[in-house]
Formats: sequence, C-alpha cells, structure tokens
Amino acid sequence: MIGFTLNGAAVAAPIEAEAPLLAALRGPLGLSGTRFGCGAEQCGACLVLLDGQPRHACTLPVGEVAGRDVTTVEGIGTAAAPHPLQKALLDQQAGQCGFCLSGIQIRALALLRATPRPTEVEIRAALDPHLCRCGSHNRIIRAIQQAAAEMAP
Amino acid sequence: MNLAFAGPIQDGRPKLPGSLHVNRRLDQWLAFLPEGAVRLTPGKVELGQGILTALAQIAAEELDVALSRIRVVAASTPGSPDEAVTSGSLSVQESGMAIRHACAEARAILLSVLAQRSGVSPHDIRVEDGAFLAPDGRTLGSYWSMADAGLLAAEASPDIEAKPATARRIAGTSAPRLDLPEKVFGSPRFIHDLRLPGMRHARVVRPASRGAVLLAVREGALPGDAVVHRDGSFLAVLAPREQEAEAAALRLAGRAEWQAAETLPPDGAVEAWLDAAPAEESLVAERVAETPPAAHRIARRFFRPFVTHASIGTSCAVALWQDGRMHLWTHSQGIYNLRADLAKAMRLPAETFLIQHVEGAGCYGHNGADDVALEAALVARAHPGIPVRLLWSRAEELGWGPASPAMLVAVQAEAAADGTLLRWSQRVTSNGHSGRPGRGKHPTLLAASQLADPFPVPNAINPPLAGGGGAQRNAVPGYRVPALDVRMAHLQVMPLRTSALRGLGALANVWAIESVMDELAAAAGADPLAHRLRHLDDARARDVLARAAAMAGWESRARREGFGLGLAVARYKGTGAWCAAVAEVEAAERVFCRRLWLAADVGEVVSPDGTLNQIEGGAIQATSLCLLEAVRHDARGVTSDSWEGYPILRFSEVPRVAAELLARPEAPPLGAGECSMGPVIGAIANAIADALGVRPTHWPFTPENLAKAMDTA
Ligand code: FES
Ligand code: FES
Repeated sequence: MIGFTLNGAAVAAPIEAEAPLLAALRGPLGLSGTRFGCGAEQCGACLVLLDGQPRHACTLPVGEVAGRDVTTVEGIGTAAAPHPLQKALLDQQAGQCGFCLSGIQIRALALLRATPRPTEVEIRAALDPHLCRCGSHNRIIRAIQQAAAEMAP
Repeated sequence: MNLAFAGPIQDGRPKLPGSLHVNRRLDQWLAFLPEGAVRLTPGKVELGQGILTALAQIAAEELDVALSRIRVVAASTPGSPDEAVTSGSLSVQESGMAIRHACAEARAILLSVLAQRSGVSPHDIRVEDGAFLAPDGRTLGSYWSMADAGLLAAEASPDIEAKPATARRIAGTSAPRLDLPEKVFGSPRFIHDLRLPGMRHARVVRPASRGAVLLAVREGALPGDAVVHRDGSFLAVLAPREQEAEAAALRLAGRAEWQAAETLPPDGAVEAWLDAAPAEESLVAERVAETPPAAHRIARRFFRPFVTHASIGTSCAVALWQDGRMHLWTHSQGIYNLRADLAKAMRLPAETFLIQHVEGAGCYGHNGADDVALEAALVARAHPGIPVRLLWSRAEELGWGPASPAMLVAVQAEAAADGTLLRWSQRVTSNGHSGRPGRGKHPTLLAASQLADPFPVPNAINPPLAGGGGAQRNAVPGYRVPALDVRMAHLQVMPLRTSALRGLGALANVWAIESVMDELAAAAGADPLAHRLRHLDDARARDVLARAAAMAGWESRARREGFGLGLAVARYKGTGAWCAAVAEVEAAERVFCRRLWLAADVGEVVSPDGTLNQIEGGAIQATSLCLLEAVRHDARGVTSDSWEGYPILRFSEVPRVAAELLARPEAPPLGAGECSMGPVIGAIANAIADALGVRPTHWPFTPENLAKAMDTA
C-alpha cells in the first residue's frame, strides 16, 4: 500500500513501489483521465503535478509519491465546476480527439501558476514537450491565453 | 474508403440519399424515446472529427427538436446500419444525408398520423421542440407521446423533401462538440478507459522481423501469474494487472527464438526500389490532342518515403469470449468491415461477433485499430469468460501499424512561350493505399499471417478513381490542358504493410502538380497566382484560390530575406471540397512554416467551427508530414518506433493558421477532413522554392533533402 494525497483526498494504492504512478492511477485508483501515450517521457500525455511540479506519471515510481501531493486532470475541475482553463478549452473548441488534453492542461496549469500572463512564445515553449497529432495547437494556445486573461488578478 | 468505394451504386432500387440507400429502414437510424429524447444510431464513428455532433445537428434540424434532445449512440454490430468505413471525408454525405432524409420522413409520418387523428390539415401543423401544435396552439401530440407506435418500422421512400437551406436554424451553426467536455474533464470515454469486471491485460511479443517465424519459446516463470498464448508465430501474454503483462511480455521476448527474414529495401534506397519493384501499370486518365511545339518543358520526379499515422494514443481493444459469442470493443473505423475479416481470420461465422465502437485517439486513417482487435480476440478465445484488454506499446503503434506508402510521382509538362499548358503527363508509382479489412478474400489483419494456419498477406489495393482512388487520388491536374496522360504503377510486392492515411495519394500528387505549375509560371515569367487562375475553368477553384491569396496579401507581398511565400490549390479527389493554401516559410537552420492562409469550399457546412477545426488540423498535420516525417527502417523492420525516431511537429514549430470557408449553403456537403492537406504541402514546397531557389523534390523537406535537390538541379 502506498499512501499519498490525490486531488486533495488521502488515498492508498495497493501496488508495488516500483510500478509507475500511471499504473496506480489508471488501475486500482480508477482515475483514467491521465493517459498513456509512450511510457518514455516523450509525449506528455501522462503529465501530473507532484507537489505542484509537472512530472511524467508513466515513469514516476509510485514509491516516490508516498506522502506527497498528486494532482491529475480529474482534480482540475469538473463539468459542474469547470476550471477557467477547461472553460476556455471548451469555448475555443480546443481539441479534436482530445487524447492530448489531460497532460496539456496539467502543463498549462503549472505555467499559469509560474507565469500568470505568459506570452504566446512562452506558451508554445512550455507546451513543446506535448505532442498533439490532431493539429489543435493554435486553439489550445488561444484557450490558455483566454484562461490567463480570466484568471489574472 | 466508404460506401462510395466502388463508385455510385446502381442496383435498380429507387435512389435514396447516402447510406440510406443500402440501409433503408427508418428504425435503423432513429427512435423516439418516451422520456423526450431522440436516439440516433449512425454507422459512422467519432474519430475526433466531430461527426457525432454534426449528425445530431442535422437530425435536430429536420425533426424540429432542440439539439440537446438528440442522443447519438456509438456504432455497433448488429445495432447500427452498415455504413462501411468512416473515412474519405464522406461522413456528412453518406451518414448526414441519410439522417437528414430519415428524420424528414419520420417527421412527415408523425405529422400525417396526427393530422388524420385530429382532423387538422397537415399544412397547418407546426412542430416545436418535438411537440406538434395546431394553429390555435393546442398540442396534438409529440414524438415522445408516439414513441411506442412503431411508426418508423418502415422503409424510407424516395419522395421526401428535407427543409430548404434557407429554413435551417441548427445545421449550419457552430454547435459545441458533444464529446469534447468528457475529454476535457478526463472522464472515461476512450476505449483505453474501459474496465470490465475480471478484466485481464494482454501484450503481444513482436517478431524479430517482418515475416519472422517463431521457432521456440523457452519455458520459465513469468511475473504476476502471466500466461502465454501462442498460435504459430503469434505470441502474447495475459496477466491480471497491466504492469505484470508488460513485464511478462518483456521477459518472454528474451525467451523467444525467431527465424528472422530480411525483406525490406535499405532505408536510403527506397526511391530506387520504387523504380525497380514489379508493378502493374494502368491508365488513369488520357486525353489525346495535337499541340503546337512547346517553348517550355519541365520534367520532375517527386519522392515521398513511407510515413505513418502516429496516433497519440496507442491501439487498444477489449474482447470477451462467452457462450460462443465474441464481444469486442474497438476503435475501428469500420466495424462491419472488421467483423468480416475477424470471421475469416478466426474461421467463425460473422454473427459470432458482437462489436461495439468505443472512441480512441485520432487515427487519421487505417492505423492499428483493426489489428489489435483480432489480437485481443485471439487471446480471449483461449480464455472463455475473461475480458481481455490488449494495448499496443508506442513501439508497436509506430512500427507495426500499417504505413502510408512511399511514392514516386514523375511529371512531364509542356507549355507555350506565354506559359499556356499544352501537355501534361504524370506517372505515380506506389504500393496500394488501402489494406483495410473486409474487402478481399483473405483478412488484412496483422496477426492473420502469423497464425499456425496462416493466411497470405493481401497486397494493398488502390480503389478506382470513381471511388476516390488511392495512389492516383488527385493525380489528374485540375487545370486546363489539351493533352493528358496519367498513369499508375501499382507495386506488386509490399515489404511494409501499407494502408490508408488521411488524404491517401493526394498529398504527393498535389505537391507534384503544384510544384510544376509554379515552375511553368516562372519559366513564362508569370505570377503563380495569375498563371493558375487562367488555367482554371472551375469557378469554385478560382474562388478559393483568390480568397486565400487575398487573405495572405499575395499581390502586395514584399520580399524578405530568409522568407518565402507559396500557394497551391486543389479540389480534393477531383470531386470533393476545394481548398487553397498560401504558406509562409522561414529558411533558418532548417525550414519552418510560420503562417498558413486557407480558403475552402466544402459545399453545405453543418458546423462552421467544426469544419474549420478539421481544416486547420489537417493543415498542421500536413505541415508536420512534409517537413519532418519519414518511416525509418532496416532490412528487418521499422526502426523509427519511438517519438525520437519519428518526430512530429511541436507547439513552437506550428504555423499560425487563418482559415475561411466560402459559404455555399445550397450546395451538397463535401466533407472537410482532408481537403487542406495537399494544398498545404504544395504551398510549403513552393514557399521553400521562393525562399531558397531550390525546388523540394524529396520529402521530408529537411536540409539534407534540400541539399540533394540543389545537387541535382
Ligand atoms: S506517456 Fe508519459 S510522456 Fe508519453
Ligand atoms: S486533440 Fe488529438 S492529439 Fe491533440
């Protein structure tokens, strides 16, 4: 059993410490919003926040998150109470298949926390580790700009 | 890649729109639910292109109900009409037009029943959000009150009129995508998220090479109680938990002894291989004409390597063998076609399979979705009662899914001194662009050739031009030219399994045609825009080209050091949507596409924003394909099986895209998913030539390949 905080709640994952966090999330913890895309830190689909810092859940051993704080896409917002970033993604219809969007939201959240009013160049640079095959890039950038404008004090 | 696959259907029955012609019962398409909803059951599937939303809009429009009342059900066998494959930018034509007609007829049937019952003239009844109202405002009934009347248990009739374009209120507006919220909030929606009670996880151990034979597997313990499944050279593991299946597959791979084969041409010699491989030559189009002596002659060869789909999510399927039935969850683009090949490969009757579509990551054509379904079913058959989930790795996705063929397009063109085209000949050499299941005697699914009792690997085909074509798609230029000779050399050997990737042969053909058009313009001292416009008899082609040029400020463009501007235009398949593109490239340490301006005419537009999303997405994908992408391989198999080996365009490299649609609400819809790709590649190539004075003839347009073109110029 590995205990940690997941989206604000205490959880205990019945899984061996070497298993990747992604397996724990999608398996016993039943949160499938974090995606598998490559298993090698090359696509960004599996990004989560660990104590507020972006990490690839596909390679992060569960043992390392014991006692720490993990945020996944499910922790960002819900249909009933969407985060401004999610509202912006829907406003901009920023996605086609949507498979890349979980990891991208996590990255955008980390960016907006560190840089509340990022320039377009900064947004592009921050999202560079994320692959989107559908070509939704420009809409995603517009959505992040919209969210930044709404969230900035 | 669809119903139109073999061209128009002539079966003597009264013609009905789209797929309704071959699925004629109304209740195959829709049902009214007493709780106040409409269940819509199209056979086309959601691939991230927004088709379910567009179909819901069409249905809501014709029925006069709020869009929120439409519940679109994912396709299944036998629950949905057989609409073959969701591909070729044909879903609005085939499914949308069927649904428009079926809903118009459903509305008319209920209207006439209620008119008869109430004595109110049908012309005086109006429908408001599903309620049928008399002129005095009285409710005569509703779709919901009549839900159980069985009124849709009938064949559609040809003489039903849908609403005129001017009366549409829902179809033609930008409705938000129905499937997007769940994808944004990370709710379970993808096939990867499916969890059945007692489900186990399977992984495949891939052969040491294409066509390798499995000689032996050494015995030994496996992690987590994993069990081995072997059928000939198909080798897989099944374990209770996912990480155990992965570890077991890795362990087993080290214990498998293969007799490998070397069947692929060397990576650097694909172009020479295309020239030399045995091929069946056919005439695509021909026009014989006497022409005056030419002043300008251009002869160019354009080479494109194998490329691939590169979906962000990997292929996945869940299968359950129970009571003699195979339940299968799949993200296949064509569930009935898949069923046909599963039946062949597993030597079971087609009715054994109950197939449910579940969305996957964008596939952009025929990726591993069908292959993984057979693999999951093979393992499931050996473990009755246990749901088996099989997921491909990234390496399998990039290395073992069907590839899009390498191509050689050779063009020879002649023009008069003022640039007027006289003769055009084009010869396209390629493997087949369709290895989709369900169309031939033998299954095309990957594992079928690896079984103990194996099937031969069918050579991929090129559909006839009337069905959209494959390698020859868009090989016939849309420009006025007196003498024409277009041929296709279809390779008869297939070292890499090939199949459909968004746009098929159009990408290479439009690139070649638009490059040569630019060269001819330059030879005659003409502007590339004016040169094209005066060779286009098709007003809608001229319109998109003029619009894109205006958007980009083509006429007033100024030369900038290191930058180039290029344009291109094509009508997709020669029968589909028109699209023109202007590209701005920057030639730095390598070439970047910085901006794209696109104008498209897709006929009737069901959702303008959804259509633009597709056009923009296609444009960015095309940019990635031509600037970066090539499948790398050695004699045994694909080596570009990671994102490092097969890079695609990243956020900082993505061009800004401005896209506009020309409004044609009265014109038939033509589909938007693929039309921007060829023109974008042509425009980028022409922009590179503008910036560097070098004509890109080798894809991808990397510094090395451009240097090659410089050497041979
Ligand atoms: S799945 Fe973790 S980066 Fe791709
Ligand atoms: S929306 Fe499909 S991969 Fe980004």
